[in-house]
Amino acid sequence: MTLTPSLTVQPGPPEPAITDALVREHNLTEDEYRRIRSILGRTPTYTELGIFSALWSEHCSYKHSKPILRTFPTTGRQVIQGPGENAGVLRLPNGWAVAFKIESHNHPSAVEPYQGAATGVGGILRDVFTMGARPIALLNSLRLGPLTEPRNRYLFGGIVRGVGDYGNCVGVPTLGGEVAFAPGYSGNPLVNAMCVGILREEDLIRARAEGIGNVLLAVGARTGRDGIHGASFASEELSEQSEARRPQVQVGDPFTGKLLLEASLALIQSGEIVAIQDMGAAGLTSSSAEMAARGGVGVQLNTDKVPVREEGMSPYEILLSESQERMLVVAEPERIPAIEAICARWELSATAVGHVTDDGDFRVCHDGQLVASIPGRDLVDECPIYYPAAEESTQARSRREASPPPSATMPGTQSALEQLLDVPSLASKRWVYEQYDSTVQAGTVIGPGGDAGVVHVPDTPFGLAMTVDCNSRYVALDPYEGGKAAVAEAARNIACTGATPLGITDCLNFGNPEKPDVFFQFREACRGIADACRTFDTPVTGGNVSFYNENPGGAIDPTPVVGMVGLLHSIEHHTPSRFITPGHRVLVLGSTDGHLGGSAYWAHLLGFVGGPPPPVDLEAERKLQQVLITGAEKGLLASAHDCAEGGLAVTLAEACFPATPEDRSLGAAVDLSDYARGLDPTPLLFGEDQARAVVSVAPQHVPAFGRLAAEHGVPLVDVGEVTVAGSLLSILTSKERTAWDPSHLSSIADRSIPRRMTPRATQPGEGQ
Amino acid sequence: MMRAAVITFPGSNCEHDTVRALTQAGIHAELVWHRETSLQAPDVVLLPGGFSYGDYLRSGAIARFSPIMEAVRTHALAGGAVIGICNGFQVLCEAGLLPGALTKNAGLLFTSRTVRVTIERSDTICTVDFEQGARLSLPIANGEGRFVADEQTLDQLEAEGHVVLRYAENPNGSARGIAGICNPQGTIVGMMPHPERAANARLNSGEGGRFFSSIVTSFHSQMLTSPPNTSGLNRDSYVE
Repeated sequence: MTLTPSLTVQPGPPEPAITDALVREHNLTEDEYRRIRSILGRTPTYTELGIFSALWSEHCSYKHSKPILRTFPTTGRQVIQGPGENAGVLRLPNGWAVAFKIESHNHPSAVEPYQGAATGVGGILRDVFTMGARPIALLNSLRLGPLTEPRNRYLFGGIVRGVGDYGNCVGVPTLGGEVAFAPGYSGNPLVNAMCVGILREEDLIRARAEGIGNVLLAVGARTGRDGIHGASFASEELSEQSEARRPQVQVGDPFTGKLLLEASLALIQSGEIVAIQDMGAAGLTSSSAEMAARGGVGVQLNTDKVPVREEGMSPYEILLSESQERMLVVAEPERIPAIEAICARWELSATAVGHVTDDGDFRVCHDGQLVASIPGRDLVDECPIYYPAAEESTQARSRREASPPPSATMPGTQSALEQLLDVPSLASKRWVYEQYDSTVQAGTVIGPGGDAGVVHVPDTPFGLAMTVDCNSRYVALDPYEGGKAAVAEAARNIACTGATPLGITDCLNFGNPEKPDVFFQFREACRGIADACRTFDTPVTGGNVSFYNENPGGAIDPTPVVGMVGLLHSIEHHTPSRFITPGHRVLVLGSTDGHLGGSAYWAHLLGFVGGPPPPVDLEAERKLQQVLITGAEKGLLASAHDCAEGGLAVTLAEACFPATPEDRSLGAAVDLSDYARGLDPTPLLFGEDQARAVVSVAPQHVPAFGRLAAEHGVPLVDVGEVTVAGSLLSILTSKERTAWDPSHLSSIADRSIPRRMTPRATQPGEGQ
Repeated sequence: MMRAAVITFPGSNCEHDTVRALTQAGIHAELVWHRETSLQAPDVVLLPGGFSYGDYLRSGAIARFSPIMEAVRTHALAGGAVIGICNGFQVLCEAGLLPGALTKNAGLLFTSRTVRVTIERSDTICTVDFEQGARLSLPIANGEGRFVADEQTLDQLEAEGHVVLRYAENPNGSARGIAGICNPQGTIVGMMPHPERAANARLNSGEGGRFFSSIVTSFHSQMLTSPPNTSGLNRDSYVE
């Protein structure tokens, strides 16, 4: 089945000649091109240039991030599969395992929001079911420019619809996420999608091509001209010309995605296949080259055999197409009929498009002509690794050291809370998550809107908690503390539901790494993430790096999004974030110093983004998590809500809010006059000290919960009581008493985003 | 043991949830692929939620032409029990087994939330375990859940008591707040809310489970009689 050696590599049918300009168009540097020539010992063909361009793109090669990513803790008793596969896998009790991964689809979403976001969800689903796991939950993290700009509203609406339509149609519930708005994301929105799947440990399958003579089969959708060079597109800065890239954005078909999911899981369970891999970024090229590299074998692809959507597609186009809903399967030749039958059951086709070879080469034939022949290992491993310079910019340092101008007028407490809840980043995301099916699969225990989503693992006693978090303002002001804070907040959110954090996946969204200040942010944020993960025993199991998030206005705020999963040993112990019962005591766990640096209060009410963000005491965070988890397991906690952006005031208000707008808000009578050494109301209520949570506890459990907190050395103060529906949220400080109608606050928070998304309905003076 | 057939179209995504809820109620449930042309004489047929054929056209518009739908029609017209949930309700309307149609939500957005509904009729095959007028909370998740029909049909549905479920707070502009309807015999029921997603008291309210226990109750009270094995019947023997 191998080719006769007499065949020499020839350019495919009408192919352009290789020129310096063509090399540049392929995003390859002069040095990289020299390296390619030396690997091949000759000038590459157009097809080969395309292959190198895709696999050596930042998106596929991690050439600027690899040395930093190696510093992450990736091992632990719970780790079955760390980084390097399609998704990470962690061990659960009773032979179960969880596969999860987060990935960005920023650049496609910037030019074609609906399809860009939809295919982001499709891609992450495939990464998870490729491991043999059935997806049981989706999450997403979105960043956009302010909704005052029509373009941002267009992007936001399209992205949310795209995320929703794909997940809704495939039937995987969206259990959580985060949405934030800041000027730096105008023109370069971030769309990060995370998927969580479950599997029996014995069903785990790795994407490793093995067995000389085994066939490669293309399963699923036909290959079209969409998404060609998507991986390279994702590896350059967005510019005014990016709009012209619109045809490079892939088009999603969730219906076929659902069939492919079922067919893939059936193929894996049947034992008829050796390996399976999603054709994601760089399509057939990267899926086949990566599977071959993992298995230490060569592959030959016959591109003329690949089922195509249109006639006359060149091998170059077929190899680099990022048409969606396609998988590449490796199997023994005699299994083909069984595989075809399984695919046919799901109304899909399986077509042999190549085979595994023993010489380690990555070879492509088209109509009997050899159009590419590259040493496979060099193709994957010889991509240059860069160690860019890293230096913090002076502006960043001075912003961190600055204080708000003395002339800034501080709003009163009453109005400050109302204003903060109307800020879209802090407001309710109901408008967003109600467009996502959050109850399909019938396992949802805590849906979106709480601290973390919780889903029941069918046929077991346990549940999985999951969240995505990042405060990019903190990271911008202090990348190291911001990196720690992203992991700490995620872990706190998981622990608030009663679950134990297990591990993370990360989506590292940054600007151009060739700029020293950007690479400094990247390196320091990763150091913070690594330190936090070591302290919490939550290894990094994989993820995604998205560089070049820049637009003509400059780089985005550094946004290392942390996706975390946690285990709830018994689903009965899940703890909601909202107050449940009037008469329960309200307590603050953790200590309050009134840290306003980097706070939402300064940013949104004073218009000052600066100061040092709150330092993260990882040991204090770990102890806080322990108290929350044990408190939930012992049945002492009625509710627990993480204290984050907006401080105690926002946390208390949110805890009063009802689960649905039809329900009534509860109230709370809170006395902080003796709390935190008589801090002034503003730092007391709006400071964003880390390692804190607001919990409610039935009066009879307060002593036991107090002992638990004391055992772990976590400060705990009883500050008040949950009051009946319809009553006020009243907060007494050493200086003043302030009271709000929580249902009024709730409606401010609920209306914040929808009223900005329908500007024509906006009342005069209501703009952001 | 009662037997249920859960019809699965390509794009269905609530079939397993529905099987689980049926099983919990003590009903033996089997998935039946849309390409099948006959049913093995089930006591009840369920059309589950999802996006049959992607719903790229109008929800349920393609599914009604599936090979299995002929057998479902035959079963239904012979007095057999049929329940359509969400996409299944859309399919039943498209197939003409229930009146009216489901159109795009008034807000034009997909809407996923928990809504309060009232049991308007407690003598159908899936509501006998409820009190008339009972209130409960159920999840909805759809983009095309707005029930519409002409005034005459709506008047008739109301007058003859064929409204099974009504929203307490209309989430999508459905005519007269209708969330679910049935045929005159109460043997064919369609509803937009998802009771199978609220049928496990360990995870949620559990109140949705009563729709499934009702099937068993109505079967044992002989309200629901097993129709003859209709799989072999010629389609021409029925006239709409």
